Parts: sequence; structure tokens; C-alpha cells
Amino acid sequence: MSKEDGKLTIREVLFPLLTLAAIFITVAALWFLQRLLVPKYQRGVVEGSMIEEYYDSEEPHEVLFLGDCEVYENISTVALYRDYGISSYIRGSAQQLTWQSYYLLEDTLRYETPDVVVFSVLALKYGEPQSESYNRMTLDGMEWSLSKWNAIEASMTEDENMIDYIFPFLRYHSRWSELTATDFEHVFDKDRVTINGYYMRTDVLPEGPFPDPMPLADYTLPETSMEYLSRIVDLCRENDIELVLIKAPTLYPHWYDQWDEQVRDFAAANNVPYINYIYLRDQIDLDMSVDTYDAGLHLNLSGAEKFADYIGQYLVDNYDLTDYREVPEVAQMWQDDILFYDELRDAQNAELMQYGELRSWGANAIEN
Amino acid sequence: MLFTSLPFIVFIAVLFVVYYAFVPHKERWVLLLIASLAFYWFADPRYLIFIGVTALTAYVFAIITENYNAKRKAYLKANKEYFDSESKKKYKNKTTRVTRLLMLAALLINLGILAVTKYTNFVIDTMNSWRTEPLSFVNIIVPMGISFYTFQTVSYSIDICRGTIKAQRNFFKFLLFVSFFPQLVQGPISRYEDLSQTLYEPKRYGFRHVSYGFLRILWGYFKKLVVADRLVIALKALTESPDEYKGAYVFVVMMLYAAQLYCDFTGGIDITIGIAQMLGITVKENFNLPYFSKNIKEYWNRWHITMGTWFTDYIFYPLSVSPNMLKLSKWSRQHLGNAVGKRVTVYISCFAVWLATGIWHGAAWHFVVWGLMNFVVIMASQELEPLYAKFHGKFALKNKPGYAVFEIVRTFLLMSSLKLFDCYRDVGLTFKMFGSMFYTFNVGKLFNGSLLELGLTGGDYLVSGIAIVIVFLVSLYKYIKNKDFRDYLYEKYPLFVLSGVLLLIATLVFGAYGQGFDASQFIYNQF
Repeated sequence: MSKEDGKLTIREVLFPLLTLAAIFITVAALWFLQRLLVPKYQRGVVEGSMIEEYYDSEEPHEVLFLGDCEVYENISTVALYRDYGISSYIRGSAQQLTWQSYYLLEDTLRYETPDVVVFSVLALKYGEPQSESYNRMTLDGMEWSLSKWNAIEASMTEDENMIDYIFPFLRYHSRWSELTATDFEHVFDKDRVTINGYYMRTDVLPEGPFPDPMPLADYTLPETSMEYLSRIVDLCRENDIELVLIKAPTLYPHWYDQWDEQVRDFAAANNVPYINYIYLRDQIDLDMSVDTYDAGLHLNLSGAEKFADYIGQYLVDNYDLTDYREVPEVAQMWQDDILFYDELRDAQNAELMQYGELRSWGANAIEN
Repeated sequence: MLFTSLPFIVFIAVLFVVYYAFVPHKERWVLLLIASLAFYWFADPRYLIFIGVTALTAYVFAIITENYNAKRKAYLKANKEYFDSESKKKYKNKTTRVTRLLMLAALLINLGILAVTKYTNFVIDTMNSWRTEPLSFVNIIVPMGISFYTFQTVSYSIDICRGTIKAQRNFFKFLLFVSFFPQLVQGPISRYEDLSQTLYEPKRYGFRHVSYGFLRILWGYFKKLVVADRLVIALKALTESPDEYKGAYVFVVMMLYAAQLYCDFTGGIDITIGIAQMLGITVKENFNLPYFSKNIKEYWNRWHITMGTWFTDYIFYPLSVSPNMLKLSKWSRQHLGNAVGKRVTVYISCFAVWLATGIWHGAAWHFVVWGLMNFVVIMASQELEPLYAKFHGKFALKNKPGYAVFEIVRTFLLMSSLKLFDCYRDVGLTFKMFGSMFYTFNVGKLFNGSLLELGLTGGDYLVSGIAIVIVFLVSLYKYIKNKDFRDYLYEKYPLFVLSGVLLLIATLVFGAYGQGFDASQFIYNQF
């Protein structure tokens, strides 16, 4: 073919086609590299995997827990099911901020409407975004929606950009030098790290003395977090969801009386129950010499089961919840969770027996 | 908007699509003008006032000059019977005087703006060094790219006065010449006669120039992000603690800075030329393998070419042939002898050029000394030429294999040493650090892991090293074949495409950008 006869030359056809192929290859390569380079949160620090696991959970959830480690480490979802038939999920991640909990509730409502939402109040003390790495652990796992967009907008620290959330590759490209075997192993799929949002630890480190609480210049809970708490109240009302505010029974980080009073006032004003379980440690039967794995900051499996037992009783006493043990198809789904739960417990106990400490979970398992 | 920022990349992508998809090819220069002004607006809306005044001044004086010349010419033609050769000469001289005055007025305003904005605090700082009561610095904005666009307008005004170019009668077209955004950030310093050839022409989409331009942009980003912005981290650490890092470390600084500056500056120019090429505009090359130069003169013909030719055409030659200089030349030949006399004017002109080059680079004494050191080295090598000739007469080394490599390495090391002024940014400290290479023997320290404490990991050094080797090999190809590597790739188009894919991916993965890296400006942004 030649130009003279007005037809395209082979070059003129081939070159753009090759260019198109190159664009396709580039996009595919970048997609693969993105999957390879983003942190997998599979060993050691697993909190970054928690939020996304929700989308794989098939059973209905009548109770939704929202909050930070005070929920995802302290309440055994399996114990709630085994003891009371409560089908629940914990949408929580490390240092999950109040507005992140709000947007996670919005996000959850895209899939299901729980009967009860239990919100942990510890994060109310934060009125500003705290750290990029914690933001990432909560936000990267959310599926894309307006809620995720708004959650990112509300959470970004000064150095963060929306584009880095849209294309995580841009944020994590420099991880090429710190890739581990785990990164290659989990390019396309990830292992479960929680049981319906509950992060299990079976090791024991008795509660130790905590530093005296620092006096604060201002004990007023930040306006931003309180505003988002109001929005949680409103969203629950709009969707006929009962809201319960809780403070977990752990003593550190310190929960000031002044904060407690403000939450209590807020709860009363909004006609929402607020339970501070710090005052109920004896009733829960917590023995912090054996029920915590990190000197009292979080509960271990034994503590989480006790707390679940206590809070479960409150939930069945006060709300009209289904006993899903009696619903065969849901019970079947829970059997898988229970199996995983038991296997995880046994594996951790075996490691404790062998080494006297956990090596495949927690700080000892951090790869870099 | 930094060239490496996301808004800039989006800006270019949108411009490119709108440019070719929605704007008729004859009107595309209008879009370029809007884009250029928008680019400036995003940087700081106040900059528009400065660039507007500079452009308007050069434009108005050019029109006045050309109209005046045309009138005088027409008058002369119409009344030629009344002019004898003497009166004609007088008339022409008067015309020349007036046009020169007009040019000087334009230069005074435009160079005045440059001087006031860029050098006021430098003068105050210098004065404070001998005043007991220091003067306070003034809070003055330095418009982005002011040195580049001022030099463009100055060359335009001088060329109009010389009658070598025709004045642009459309102010908006002229404004585009002054503000054309890709070169506003770090040059090159374009001449009107060059840039105007393609700037206003109807531009049609061409697959070849677009793909060439795109590959060049990728190449620029690769050099900038993978090499320059990575090495700058170690350089910062090395130069910010001179007491800790002397001796062999200074040599490391020399090497790293040579690579960093080259990749930063040429990377930026690649992006500039690549963008222009994608838009169908030809911008002059600013580099031609400077690190392959065999002597300093050649180096300066290959490094920052448009600046070098600017100083030659608008300072060196006019000064050398100015009436006063010719008088001085005559006088010195008579009184100092032919050998010295013929050198005087060259030396003075050369001194002026290097002084101006130093000052142009920045409002600081280390730049001035850097410029003068270049002058000293160039003059010294010129003076030593007879000695070299004698040496080469005795020892036939010139044609020996390896001698060219020796010359290249020698020139590279010499120019890299001079660049230390820019690294340490203090004249005394630079001399001290340079000296420490010869009296502090600590080569062993380079291998005890201390280089890994400069903010770069072993992987970073490896990536930079591989990238530098790639840059070197591509340059070597051009040096040996005298042909752009892209031409070779384009002949084998799948390779061209593959190179683009690999460059893009390598830059995105290994580039020093985003969180954890402090995005650094192009070094020449500050000019």
C-alpha cells in the first residue's frame, strides 16, 4: 500500500496498533505491580486486612460493632454466636477515627441494615486525622463508593493526596526494595486474619502498672468527633437501628472522667444507652492477670470471650435479636467461622506450647 | 506546578487532548497562550504582571523601533536626490543612535525588573557584610523563570535594533513567545527567530512527532525522578555536614552532583522539548553530550548551549567590537606589545561574560566566584596551549587509543570540581572541602557502610547506578553514531514502543517521588 493511492501504509496501521497494545500492556503491568507492591497486612501488623474482609462475609449481621482495637481485639464474635446465637461483625481497624466509623456504617448500609450498632467511644478523643499509616489501614480496605471518598477526604493528613488512594501504586511504589515472600504469595488473594472482624490473641501478659494520666489543658471532646457521633445517631435513627455506646473495660489508654461525663450527657440528650465497662470489670469476671496479652491494653481470647459473654447477655436482654443457631443456612455459614476460630486458637496455643510466645502473630511476625 | 507534580501531568494531558481534538489547527497558538498564562497563574497570579510588563515593553519598543526605521528608510528613499554619501551616512548614524536609545530603554526596563526582583537582597546582603548597622531585607517576589524570559526579550530587543528580525505585530503572539510555558521553568533560552518558526504555524497532529515527544518526556522523567531526585537525598546529607564528610567524601559529592545536576537539568530540558515536540513546536537543544567534552571550551559549547550562545552573541561579541574596546586594543598593542595587546580585549570580554554567567545563575557570591573560576580555567588552558602543543610534539599521544578518554575524564573532573561551589554554596567552605580531598585520607570510610547512612539504601544506589549506566549508554550511542537513539528505536518500532513501556514503568516504580521522598524542584527553576 502506498500514500499515492490514498491508502494507509502498513506502518501507518501497524504503529498505532502497536502503541495501543503497549498501552494495554502498560496498564496490565501497572495493575499487577500495584497488587504486588501494596502492603498485604498478612503477618505481624494485620489490621490493614480487617476492613476488606467484611465484603467476603456472607452471613447477615444483626449487630455491628464500630470502633478501634477496643472492639476488634476485645469482643469475640464467635462467642457471641456460640453463646447467644448473635450474628455480628466488627468493622474496626487500628486507631479507627470517629468519622471513619461513620463512613464505615454508611458503607455497611449499602449491603445490609443491622438491628443494633455498638460504637466504641475511645476514638472520640481524636478531632484531627492522626497518621497516614493508620488511615491507610482503615481506608484502603473499603470498597469504592461515595462513603469511601468522603472518608478519605475527612481523614487525610497534610501530606496525603486523594490520588494516592485512587492509585495506591503511587503511594507504595517505593516498596520494591522491601518486598517479602508474603507480598509475592498474596498478590491475588489474601488469608483471613479475623473472625467476623475479631482479631484473636491467645497469649498472656498480665496487666501491669500504667503511667499516671497526664493532666490535659482542655478536657472537651473535639467538636469534629462529637459531630460525627451525632451523625452516627442520625444515621441509625433514619435506618431504625438501635445504637449503643460503649467504653471497653481496658484501662489504658486512659479514659478521663471528664470525657466519660460528656459522653454520658450526650447519650442522655440523644436517648442512647452508654455503658462504661471499666466499672463492670468484676461483673464481667475479668482477671487481668490472665485475660490480656499485652499488659492490659487489649484482651486476649479468654478476656474477649468473657466480655462477649457479658455484652451478649445485654444485647439479648434489650433487643429483639434472632438466634441464628436456629437458622440452618446461617448456622452453616457460622460453622465455617467457628472452625477457623478453633483452628486459629489451636495453632496459637501450639506455638505458645512450643516457644512460650507467639511467633507467627503479633510483633514477632513483623517482616520488615 | 512542578514538572513532576500530578497537577502538571494532568494539565499537559488535558491540554494535549483539547489541542488536537477540539481546536482548529490554525488557532492552536491561542490555546498555547491561554495554557501558558494559566500555568503562570497557577504558580502565582502576581507573576502575570511581571511577565506582562516585560513582554509589553519589548513589544512596544520593537514596534516603535521598526516604525521609526521604516519611516526613516522611506524618507531616505523618497529624498535620495537630496542626500550625498556624507549626509546619508550622518542620517543613518542618527537613525542607528535613536534605535539604540530605544533598545537601551527597553533593556533598562526589563533588565531593571530582573535586577530589582532577583538581586536587591543580594546587594543588601553584600552591603551588610561591611555595615555596622545591617539593612533589612526587602520582601520581594521573584517571578518564576524571570531570568529565562527576560533574556528572551533582551535578545529580541537587540535583534530588532540590529534589524536581523522583524517585529511581531500581534501582541498576543509575542506574549506567547515570552511566556511559552514548557520553557518558562528552566529554559532553554529561545531566540525569537528560532521559536517563531514553529510557534505560530498551524500545527497538525503527526504520529511521529507526538510519539517522539512522548518518549522524550518519559526519558526526562526517568532521569529526573530515578536518578536526580534520589541522589539529591545523599547529596544533602553530605553537604549539610561538611565537618563530618570531608576528604574522600568530597570526591563522592563531586561524582554524585555531576550525575544529579546532569540528570536534573537535562531531564527538565527533555520534558520541555518533549512537550513542545508533542505540540508540534521545535525548541532548540540545550545540551549535546557535555560530559564527552575533551576540553572546557568544548564543554561550554555542549552544556546549556542556549545560555552560552546568548552570552556570546549579546555580550562577548558586542563588547569585543565596541569602539572603546577597539581603542583599548589598539592602545595595548602599541604599549604592551602585540602578544599581550591582542589578548586584552578578549580577556576583558571573556571576564564580563563569565561574571554575567555567574550572576545570572544566582544572587550569591559563590555563583560569582564559580563564574570567575570558569574564566580562570578557560584562560589558563588557552594560555597553556603552546605548552600542550610542545608536549604533543614530543610525545605522540594524541592519536593513541585512550588519550581521548583521558581528555574526557580530565575535563569531566575539572568541571565537576568547579560545580562544588554550587554544592557547598559558600566560597571559603568550597575551597576548604576541595583541599580536604588532598590532605584527609579516609577512603576506607567509604566502605564501612557510612554511605548507607545518607538516606539511601543499597537498593537506591543500585537503582541509581543502573539508571546512570543506561543514561551513559544512550549518550555513548549518540556520541559514536552521531544519531539520536530514538531514531534507531523508531526504525525498529516495536523496540520504540517497548522502550516507552519500560521507561514509564521503571520511572513509576523506581522514581523518587511521593510520600517518603521530598519532591525537589528542578535546580534551574530558581533561575
